Amino acid sequence: MRALMLVVGLLCCALAHAVDPIELPDPVLQERYRELSHELRCMQCQNQSIADSPVSLAGDLRRQVRELLVAGKSDDEVRDYMRERYGAFILFRPAFSWQTAWLWLAPGLLLVLGGIVAWRVLRAGAARVATDPEPVEADDERSRS
Amino acid sequence: MNRFLIPIAAFGLLVIVLAVGVDRAPEKSVIKSVLIGRPAPAYVLPDLMAPQPFDVRSMAGRWYALNVWGTWCVECRAEHQTLLDIQKQGEVPMIGLNWRDEDALATEWLQRLGNPYAHVPLDREGRTAIDYGVYGAPETFLIDARGTIVHKHVGALTLEVWERDFRSRLPPDARRGV
Amino acid sequence: MIPEIGLFTCILALLMAVAQAFFGIAGTALGRTGWYAAVPTAAVAQFTFVSIALGCLVYAFVQNDFSVQYVADNSNSALPLMYRVSAVWGAHEGSLLLWVWILSAWTLAVVVFSRALPQRFSARVLGVLGTVSLGFYLFTLATSNPFLRLSPAAPDGRDLNPLLQDPALAIHPPMLYAGYVGFAVAFAFACAAMLEGRLDQTWARWTRPWTTVAWAFLSVGIALGSWWAYYELGWGGYWFWDPVENASFMPWLVGTALIHSLAVTEKRGLFKSWTLLLAILAFSLSLLGTFLVRSGVLVSVHSFAADPTRGIFILAFLVIMIGGALTLYAWRAPLLKSNAGFELTSREAFLLVNNVLLIVAAATVFAGTMAPLISDALNLGTLSVGTQYFNPTFLLPILPLLALVSIGSHSAWRRGRLSEKRGMLLTTLAFAVLFAVALVLGAYSGARVLTPIGIALGIWIVIAALVDPVQRLRRRMSISGGVLGMAVAHAALGLFVLSITIVETYTRERDIAMAVGDTATVGEYEYRFLSIAPIEGPNYDGVRGEIAVFRDDKQIALLRPEKRQYWVQRSVMTEAGIDMQWNRDLFAALGEDLGAGRWSVRAQVRPMVSYVWIAAALMALGGLIAALDRRYRVPAAARESDKVAPAGVGPSTAGAVAAAE
Repeated sequence: MRALMLVVGLLCCALAHAVDPIELPDPVLQERYRELSHELRCMQCQNQSIADSPVSLAGDLRRQVRELLVAGKSDDEVRDYMRERYGAFILFRPAFSWQTAWLWLAPGLLLVLGGIVAWRVLRAGAARVATDPEPVEADDERSRS
Repeated sequence: MNRFLIPIAAFGLLVIVLAVGVDRAPEKSVIKSVLIGRPAPAYVLPDLMAPQPFDVRSMAGRWYALNVWGTWCVECRAEHQTLLDIQKQGEVPMIGLNWRDEDALATEWLQRLGNPYAHVPLDREGRTAIDYGVYGAPETFLIDARGTIVHKHVGALTLEVWERDFRSRLPPDARRGV
Repeated sequence: MIPEIGLFTCILALLMAVAQAFFGIAGTALGRTGWYAAVPTAAVAQFTFVSIALGCLVYAFVQNDFSVQYVADNSNSALPLMYRVSAVWGAHEGSLLLWVWILSAWTLAVVVFSRALPQRFSARVLGVLGTVSLGFYLFTLATSNPFLRLSPAAPDGRDLNPLLQDPALAIHPPMLYAGYVGFAVAFAFACAAMLEGRLDQTWARWTRPWTTVAWAFLSVGIALGSWWAYYELGWGGYWFWDPVENASFMPWLVGTALIHSLAVTEKRGLFKSWTLLLAILAFSLSLLGTFLVRSGVLVSVHSFAADPTRGIFILAFLVIMIGGALTLYAWRAPLLKSNAGFELTSREAFLLVNNVLLIVAAATVFAGTMAPLISDALNLGTLSVGTQYFNPTFLLPILPLLALVSIGSHSAWRRGRLSEKRGMLLTTLAFAVLFAVALVLGAYSGARVLTPIGIALGIWIVIAALVDPVQRLRRRMSISGGVLGMAVAHAALGLFVLSITIVETYTRERDIAMAVGDTATVGEYEYRFLSIAPIEGPNYDGVRGEIAVFRDDKQIALLRPEKRQYWVQRSVMTEAGIDMQWNRDLFAALGEDLGAGRWSVRAQVRPMVSYVWIAAALMALGGLIAALDRRYRVPAAARESDKVAPAGVGPSTAGAVAAAE
């Protein structure tokens, strides 16, 4: 199933991978370039970032990122540039807006919810210890396996 | 008793979301363009059909179609006849943005198969295509007289699609009652 | 002829599944012994028929029968034999037949290994399994028939996609399905308990080994897929939080919670309704995963011919199976009460927190995977979610979990008694922290905040997991399968955490344009491009490069990356050249031919990466060891006599009783 889907997702691309031999001279810029390339979706091979996709569109987009960085744009400006042309879909990290708030807040909320549930069960369990008819086990091995 | 109903209630919500998803699934195969309703990006590119470069601002005041193509693109070959038919109708000029291609190949292709385009700007490096949010040829845009992108179709054009999605959007004076 | 036999036996299998389901569920509900005594026979018959059906499909592939549409779409006469077989499950229709065959195999296993179960109960279990099978047979026959004929027959096939022409990817689906589908057994046990209106510690003891083995298979299946992505896709990555990957990971997370919850239910009769819910949830997520990847509902698989018919069918099946199970749950679960208590630092408490954190993690992955769908359904616009979302949000519940593993696995049931273990835990923690700090300071640069934390946690978990078995060995005490399995699996978890932390921090990667004779420095290694030459394979041709890797001017490896073009589908594949050693992988892959003898090359040095998959395999092994614990295999009658020893007996006798269990 997963194999099938991976196949299918990559069907539109030549099945070579992307290798981008261009490195920016400035190591700081190079690092930002690498990070951003991994954050942007290849719109043609939509399961890969432009860093990894072999198609020419990915190469063009990477070139665009390089040029923007060399021209002094910030990371956010690069993301905006791409988003203006391709929509939010091109970003792997959903921007935080009122439309995506639920998604970004979900993990924290779930954790809090889980904590509350766990606390209630723990308290109920601890309360029952006093009235628990089971004898306390003396044997160390049995109680720890 | 209440909390034991939570799982099935949550499942019910999920089913609704999934049902909507299945219902809309066929549309999912295409990413909606964010440029609809926005001005078509400007560009000046060499023109295969003329010695002087083509400036898209020269199309101001007219409705036109922008078709992104390449000789390397199999689907473009499939839609080519449709493009010729559309050109024969003579209602709306078609600009053929040649994407990431070789001039000689493009010339040979148009000579051999027929040329439906009024102009063929050469986007050799793909920058203009990026400005238009192109991600897979062929793509066809419909742009109005004020230069606003009105519609975009991804994939090979058919006369049916042209009728339904493009011609239907043309103002009466641009159509010639074909 | 053979394909028609295949179709016919498939229909027969469907009929057997109907019988199995009907006589199992109705028979037990109505108390008709004659009916439900027949259920195992129906199950065996079903297995026989579906095996023949699958065999027919395999035969069609091996014999290159291109008059069958499915074979023509997925095979080719030049395809090597091994891949002609694996092509059977290379696309939707065939993989469904494999799914249903594996379910039938699990059902057969239940028949064979459940002689100790009360007949009525096992008939219920088989009845539920029959219902699941029935749904899938209907789905296959109605919408996804692999035996359809092509007329006139194709002269040759369109070939198996080259991505799938690989040994790891050939067995990855069977492993994965063995896991997914195996959770159906736990699901069936849960439904049977709900139908019976009774769930006790014995039920937990029956259910546990089935679940653990399924979980082990799923672990291997996921690890195989990840490993394959690493060496085959050519970019050195191994996990992408792709919806398809998440579809297999969510059941795994919930399955892990389920195994741990079953432990508590078996030992102390607690958390019964939680265990029930988790059993339903694990299989539900398997079914949901099946739905997501075959219905065209998620954009990432959009190039799949989005067939709404299939989507609607699976959705209806989901509603019936899961809706039914959850209705049973709402009806029966309120009756499950336990009187046992446990203190805040007891093992029960730790396992509860463990499960809550695992479920939060699974829910988070669920939210991210479903986000595009939910956002679209609520008209909130298009949403796109990737690694940059999943990595931080997944770690949020998982880091605390990892911190608690070492402590929790040493706490005692009911009372905790952690004070007795405090010394050991603090010592091992201190050691782990010191080691982590030393490693971070001593190794090459690039450590991030999470690096020492990950390394310390990983080492601590490994040591803490091994303390108990080592002590027992030294005292010449026996180690039960359960204890050993747990130790191995937890140690493997620690190894997993450790290796991922190191790989993610210390990988060195460069993409360079190289001509023959060029050298490039990657980390402390030198990659020298020696040559490039054309090659030809059974169904492809291409080029092979030779890249020698030097360290301190001594050659230590020769990498042979390839670029292949497969004849039929004309697709180009990368085969990376990888040198695997105990401590690192040296990786090289060819990119594009830049002309004038220059090639773009991706060179990577990945320390400790093999341990990611070794750890996963060890985790699965731990599960299998635990499932083989003697207490699951000793028949009920013999066990009863063990329980005769009265309470208040001295430690040595109690120890003997414990050992006998």
